[in-house]
Amino acid sequence: MVKLDEIQKRLMAEVADLHKVPEGAYNLRVNGESAGRQSSENIEIVSKTDVSGLEIHIKPGTKNESVHIPVVLTQSGMKETVYNDFFIGEDSDVLIVAGCGIDNCGEQDSEHDGIHRFFVGKNARIKYVEKHYGSGTGRGKRILNPGTEVYQEEGSTVEMEMVQIKGVDDTVRTTTAELKEGAKLTVRERLMTHGSQNAVSTYVISLNGNGSSADVVSRSVARDDSYQKFDARIIGNAPSHGHTECDSIIMDRGRILAVPGLEANDLDAELVHEAAIGKIAGDQLIKLMTLGLSEQEAEEQIINGFLR
Amino acid sequence: MLELKNVSYNVDEDGGEIEIIRNVDLEIGSGKLVVVTGPNGGGKSTLAKLIAGIIKPTEGRIYFNGEDITDAGITERAQKGIAFAFQQPVRFKGIRVYDLIRIASGKRINTAEACTYLSKVGLCARDYINREINSSLSGGELKRIEIATVLARNAVLSVFDEPEAGIDLWSFTNLVDVFRKIRESSEERSILIISHQERILETADEIVVLRDGGIGAFGRREDILPGLIGTSSAVSACSRLASEGRI
Ligand SMILES: Nc1ncnc2c1ncn2[C@@H]1O[C@H](COP(=O)(O)OP(=O)(O)OP(=O)(O)O)[C@@H](O)[C@H]1O
Ligand SMILES: [Mg+2]
Repeated sequence: MVKLDEIQKRLMAEVADLHKVPEGAYNLRVNGESAGRQSSENIEIVSKTDVSGLEIHIKPGTKNESVHIPVVLTQSGMKETVYNDFFIGEDSDVLIVAGCGIDNCGEQDSEHDGIHRFFVGKNARIKYVEKHYGSGTGRGKRILNPGTEVYQEEGSTVEMEMVQIKGVDDTVRTTTAELKEGAKLTVRERLMTHGSQNAVSTYVISLNGNGSSADVVSRSVARDDSYQKFDARIIGNAPSHGHTECDSIIMDRGRILAVPGLEANDLDAELVHEAAIGKIAGDQLIKLMTLGLSEQEAEEQIINGFLR
Repeated sequence: MLELKNVSYNVDEDGGEIEIIRNVDLEIGSGKLVVVTGPNGGGKSTLAKLIAGIIKPTEGRIYFNGEDITDAGITERAQKGIAFAFQQPVRFKGIRVYDLIRIASGKRINTAEACTYLSKVGLCARDYINREINSSLSGGELKRIEIATVLARNAVLSVFDEPEAGIDLWSFTNLVDVFRKIRESSEERSILIISHQERILETADEIVVLRDGGIGAFGRREDILPGLIGTSSAVSACSRLASEGRI
C-alpha cells in the first residue's frame, strides 16, 4: 500500500479489511492527509474546497462497484473533523466502506469526527460498512464521533453495518435518516466497550413516505466499568413500518441505558421497540462448560457469537 | 466407571430443607448401557446434574474411574470424559450448530465430519450446520442438535436426559440404533439414559427406577423390566404418540 508504516497498515486491515490497495474507487486518509486516491469511470472522488472532506459522486445506474474511504490516525493529539458527502445516482447499487482506526501511543487525546451525508437517489441501493477501532498504549484517549445523515429518495434501499469492538474510549454516534415513499433502511450495530469507555448511539429516523420502513438492531456488550447509551427514535409520519431492537449483555460493572422512542403521527404507522439487557445467561455458560470449556472460554464463545 | 456413594441432595426452601436425592448408591460399569426411569419429579434430572457437576451433593461422594470427583467442577468432569445432553437444551444467539459441534468434539473438525453427527440424529446436515442455535429452531430440532453435540464428544460416559422427548417416531428408531452402536463399539464407553420409553428400556443392560429421590429398584433389565411394563415408567412409542394425537 502507498507509503504506510506497519501500524497504519494494521489499522487499514482492521477497519476496512484492506491488505492492499482496494479495487475500484478509494481515498485513504492518513493523519489528516490523503495517502492515495483513485476515482473510477462511474465514481468520482473530489476534495471539498470549503472544509476538510470529500464529495463522492456515483453515476446513475452504477452497479456492483465499491468505494473505500478509510481513515487512520497515528499521531497523538491529532483532532480533525471531516465532512464527506455521497451523491448516489438513481438505480445504482454500490458498496461503501468507511471506517476509522486510531492508534494513540501518546499522552494527548486523538479525535476523529466524521460527518457523512448520503443523498440516495431513486431506487438506488447501497450497503455502507463502518468499522471503528482503537489501539495503542498511551494515556491519551481515542475519540470518535461519527455523524451520519441519510436522505433517501423513493424506492431506495440503505443497509448500514456499524461495528466498534475494541479500543475506542469515547464515542458519540448520531444517525439521522429521512425516508421517502417505499424507501427502506436497515441498520445493524455491533458494539463492545471495555475499561472506562463511553459510547452513546442516537438515532432519529423519520418515515415520511408511504410504505417506507426502518429496522435498527443493536447488539452490544458493556464490560469492566464502561457505559453505553442506546437512544433510538423512529417517527412514523406516514403509513410505514419501524422496528428498533437493543439486545445487550452487561459484564463486570458495565452499565447500559436503552431509551425507546416511538412517535406515530399517522394512524397506519406501525412501530415496535424491543430491548433486553442482562448478564450472560447461566445455563449458556453451563452448557458450554459441559462441553469442556472453562468458564472464561465459555464467556468468550458466547460474546463472539452474540457480536457476530 | 462411575460410582455414587450415599449421595444426597437437599435444597433449602422456606426455612425447611427438602430432600431431592436421598442416600443414593449406584454403580455404572464400563461398557454398560444403563437406563434410569421413574415418575415425574422422582429426581432423575437432579441425579444427572450431580453426575455432570452442575450441582454438588450435600452428602456422599462421587467416583469416576476410581477417582473422587465430588469436588471437581463442570469443566474438569467434562474433560475427564463425562458428557451430558440436557432435558431442556439451551438456546444461544449467534452460535451456530457447527460451532457447538466443533467445541464439543474438542478439536478442529471440518464441516463434513460435523455433519456426520447431525445425520445420526436424523437431521439433514446441510440444512442445519450453519443455523444459529436460537429461538428459530423447533423444539425437536433443538433436542436432536443437543444429542448430536453429545455424540460429538465421544465421551467415556454419556448421559442423555430424556433424549426421546419431542422426537418423531422415525428419528427415534434411528436414535435407539445410535445408542446401541455406541454400546457395541466399545467395552469402555458407558451410556446413562434417562427415559420412560419401552424401546429404550429394552436396550438397557441395567435399569434404575428412581422414586421420591431414592432408588426404588436397580438390576438387570431382564429382572426389572417385566415389573415396569404397562406402568407409566415404560411407555411404548406408539401409545405415547397415540395419546398425543399424533397417529
Ligand atoms: N433447586 C430446586 N429447588 C426446589 N425443588 C427442586 C429443585 N431442583 C429440583 N427440585 C424438585 O426436585 C424434584 C426432582 O426434580 P427432577 O427435575 O430431578 O425430576 P425428574 O425425575 O427429572 O422429573 P421429570 O420426569 O419430570 O423430568 C422435583 O419435585 C423438583 O421440583
Ligand atoms: Mg427430568
